[in-house]
Amino acid sequence: MQVDPIHQFEIKDLWPIGHLGGHEIDFTNSALFMFIIVGAVSALLIGGTAPRAVVPGRLQSIAEMSYEFVANTVRSSAGAEGMKFFPFVFTLFMFVLFANLIGLIPYSFTVTSQLIITASLALLVFLIVVGYGFWHNGLHFLNLFVPKGVPKIILPAIVVIEVLSFLSRPVSHSVRLFANMLAGHITLQVFAGFVIMLAGAGILGWFGAALPFIMVVLLTALELLVAFLQAYVFAILTCIYLNDAIHPGH
Amino acid sequence: MSDARENGERDKQRTNEAALSARLQRLNEGLGQIHTAGEPSDSPGVDRAATASGYAKGFRLSSELVAGVVVGAGIGWLIDRWLGISPWGLIIFLLLGFAAGVLNVMRSAGLVAGTALDESTRQRRDR
Repeated sequence: MQVDPIHQFEIKDLWPIGHLGGHEIDFTNSALFMFIIVGAVSALLIGGTAPRAVVPGRLQSIAEMSYEFVANTVRSSAGAEGMKFFPFVFTLFMFVLFANLIGLIPYSFTVTSQLIITASLALLVFLIVVGYGFWHNGLHFLNLFVPKGVPKIILPAIVVIEVLSFLSRPVSHSVRLFANMLAGHITLQVFAGFVIMLAGAGILGWFGAALPFIMVVLLTALELLVAFLQAYVFAILTCIYLNDAIHPGH
Repeated sequence: MSDARENGERDKQRTNEAALSARLQRLNEGLGQIHTAGEPSDSPGVDRAATASGYAKGFRLSSELVAGVVVGAGIGWLIDRWLGISPWGLIIFLLLGFAAGVLNVMRSAGLVAGTALDESTRQRRDR
């Protein structure tokens, strides 16, 4: 049996939904999983808050915990003013978290392993930061690029470096999530491939296959952690960037 | 007489050393505070969590550096195409991109305070 570690990231067209500029627009497995993610998040939150119990049940506890977790993150890294962006950050966090977690289920598709998805999310954050920064602070937003206490002679170079550093944010923001998910899933697939190859080699291979199998189990646990961690990192970086827009350096 | 002068010099030296060590200690304390403030999640926890957070940190820092370089190179290339001054735009912006990448890395590692807003978040977090 041939094992192809890249196969899991293949986009498949499920059914066509129209044409745009000579290109066929298809409903893909990626789109399907995005709908599943949004459905799962909505089901968790609507179903969780429906009982409105004083003593929360299991589902309500999860919903409340996720709210408090993100709210604390936003407050601690973007301040109380950052809470106006709470719906945005919460949506991003839940979307990325569920995309990562659902992607761990065998035979499912990992939406966040597509660079275009993470780049779109990071660009959305970037554009909101720039748009809100200029709307809220006017041209004072540009003070972000002028650090205090720098000698006048090297200031132009510093400003260019700061601007480049600012422009590189969406790149690192998106690539980090994408690369983590891609690398993790390829590693899992490669080790799972070892299991299959060794098991196909006869009775001795069965014993050999136990080793990569243990590895797969451990890696799955690690990937579960990475899935959560990366969603958290994505959310906290969003908060830090929004903080720039709310209070740029004076 | 020369003995007294020698004594005085030795005293001065000693006070200098004492002052130096006090300053070093203060610096170390300050650095320690910055480190704890910058990385609150670094407290020793479960072994696997520590490994995973180290892995995450490595990934974070490397992606910051690469992003800076890539953005610098991209902008340099675009400037070359628009202004037709190839290869100068690429050379200069690649170097600036390296600088921006290193700045990114040092910021996200908490080694450089960065902009004023970082200070404010740190103070808020401390409180």
